[in-house]
Amino acid sequence: MNARASARSRRSLAEVVHSREMIVVCGSGGTGKTTVSAALGVLAATTSSARVLVLTVDPARRLATALGLGGGELAGQAPVKVEREVFTALGVECPGELWVAMLDTKAGWDELVRRHAPSDDVARRLLANPLYTNITGRFVNSHDYIAMEQLHALHESGEYDLVVIDTPPSRRALDLLDAPARMREFFGGRLITWLTIPSRSRLAAAAAKPFTAVADRVLGSRFLADIAEFFTLFGTMEEGFVERALAVEALLADERTGFVVVTTSEPSPSREARHLVVELGRRSLGLGAVVMNRTLPDGLRGRAATEVAASLRSPDEAAALAAVLAPLIEPGSVDRAGLEESLAHVLVETGERVGELQVAAAREAECRRMLEQVAPVVIPLPALRGDASGLASLVALAKSLA
Amino acid sequence: MNGPATRPLDRSLLFVTGKGGTGKTTIAAAAALLAAGEGRRVLLVEMDAKGSLSEALDTAPLEFAPRQVDLPPAFRSAGGELHVMSMNTEDSLREYLRVIAKVPLVGRIGPLARTFDFVADAAPGVKEILAVGKVCHEVRQRAYDLVIVDSEASGHVVAQLDAPRAIRGLVQVGPIREQTEWMLEILGDQQRTGLLVVTTPEEMPVTESIELVGRVRSATDVLVAGVVANRVLPRWFAGADADVFAALAATHLPAPPAVPRGLEAVVAAAAGVEARRVSGAEQLDHLRAALPGLPVTVVPELYPRAGGRRVAALVAEHLADEWEAS
Repeated sequence: MNARASARSRRSLAEVVHSREMIVVCGSGGTGKTTVSAALGVLAATTSSARVLVLTVDPARRLATALGLGGGELAGQAPVKVEREVFTALGVECPGELWVAMLDTKAGWDELVRRHAPSDDVARRLLANPLYTNITGRFVNSHDYIAMEQLHALHESGEYDLVVIDTPPSRRALDLLDAPARMREFFGGRLITWLTIPSRSRLAAAAAKPFTAVADRVLGSRFLADIAEFFTLFGTMEEGFVERALAVEALLADERTGFVVVTTSEPSPSREARHLVVELGRRSLGLGAVVMNRTLPDGLRGRAATEVAASLRSPDEAAALAAVLAPLIEPGSVDRAGLEESLAHVLVETGERVGELQVAAAREAECRRMLEQVAPVVIPLPALRGDASGLASLVALAKSLA
Repeated sequence: MNGPATRPLDRSLLFVTGKGGTGKTTIAAAAALLAAGEGRRVLLVEMDAKGSLSEALDTAPLEFAPRQVDLPPAFRSAGGELHVMSMNTEDSLREYLRVIAKVPLVGRIGPLARTFDFVADAAPGVKEILAVGKVCHEVRQRAYDLVIVDSEASGHVVAQLDAPRAIRGLVQVGPIREQTEWMLEILGDQQRTGLLVVTTPEEMPVTESIELVGRVRSATDVLVAGVVANRVLPRWFAGADADVFAALAATHLPAPPAVPRGLEAVVAAAAGVEARRVSGAEQLDHLRAALPGLPVTVVPELYPRAGGRRVAALVAEHLADEWEAS
């Protein structure tokens, strides 16, 4: 492969999308993970014959509507297909199929319990336990684990060529990678051991006394007993859960899985993205690309643009340019009287504001360089003019990503 | 300090939350600078321990023990103080055991500390109550005039604010249940406690903010004191100038050298930003319409050259102007 071809392939997210079977989209909150996930799905379905599923979490309503999720009521339901005609209506070919589903943590847990409980009775008692809903709903990493678990289940089903998963908003994006390991540790951990001790060994129970004494004092013994019962039931599923968590971990490390890290061009999310990229490498997980979302327009930083903006800020030069431009402006759209003067004023203002944008663009370039030091592919995704929530704008984003 | 014009700062406990990426940490830091600049003794608490608060204040990583930080020169004259700390539920548990439950074995907490994470994972609301309990404890001790909490992002904050009630529902007896009573009293006191929701003028954050306000109002007794719309693009062109700019942006410019090279890129960039401003203004209208009566404070996009404390100070000045005017 010559240098030029290599440089081109390094720039292509389409290649990532077409070469992987699973794509995990991660990054800090508010960077646009859901939108980028949807756009990646659109990219894959419109540029290949792949059957693609985008598994998303809690998307904003208009995005959900654009994707045919009907305002979010379909949580936990079967995947919905975005009909080909919807793309055709936008003048876009869609040789593949785009399916969308929404992550439902509660349903995911219920399914796990039913699958791994040693008997129907245990499953029934667990699902009916008053602590169960609370714990599965609030469990730190509970969303993260279920997201990874669903990815595994969907891949195993063999129904899709590509599954794109939009990850839940974590406190730290890294939690996601650690979720399967934490699930394993949880079962091997002291808590379960201690809480289930009374049924195992009286002698060991004595060793746990300081712990239970404190827990008693803090939580009250009845609450502790409730928890103990819950975990005794939960503990019966250890084998199945641990085996499954290992399989999920293995899938994340599989070369068919690619991670796409989403960031904005601001320092704080960029630093977190960089950290995430480094951690992915440390864990030998496959980084597909970094997407820098909502960047400023490319042309801003060129020398010509910088010079023009500077000259516009000079009232004389703005007036001279206004004289050139005024006759070009569509007649009828504005009031001709005083147009030239008003145009000069608008040009000065434009020069000033674009100057501010150019400063922001320079800072943005700095963040991009920082990421390029650790990631081979950093793809800028310029901000759309409005909100990125209709299918048309997803198609536009998919084009920028390709 | 009374009447409808009460500012979000005019209380003793203020939670600041918002969707990730909206700048809630910057707003919390700015509000703290503003209050300290007025001569108050302020404690600023970072809840999610991501380290962004220490970045926003250009200070060393925060710890559980509050540390006083220097105020920028413009905020010193009134003699206020700013103290910062980072929430850590394990330290909070130690403190709770020592100070409130008076458990004597704090020195030998080893096995407990090792399993603490698992306990906290397992028992719903334990982490949350230790965090919110510490904050309420500081309010009750009255060592500070104002406690500002850079809270969890909007997805987690309701669980936190609701923790005392959830715990009260789950734990039938015991010291924790008793503790929840005074916490609920502080949280539900609308004179003392408020929640500020930070958003940006974009669809998803605005939708999430509207939903969050609904959930806070239905699930907790905490008063939503206001919304801060952060990073709002300023209006570039007023009146007739807006039409002239729109006409210019729609005009097909001739190739250079008839016009300077780069002009097209500059006009296109400006048009892109103007379009985003218009859509942002629509989102703000939607926000105001969906939350009638709730004050919306606008903080403009600053495109700052600097980061950290400089930004927090600039935002604090804007908050001062906005809240003064209202």
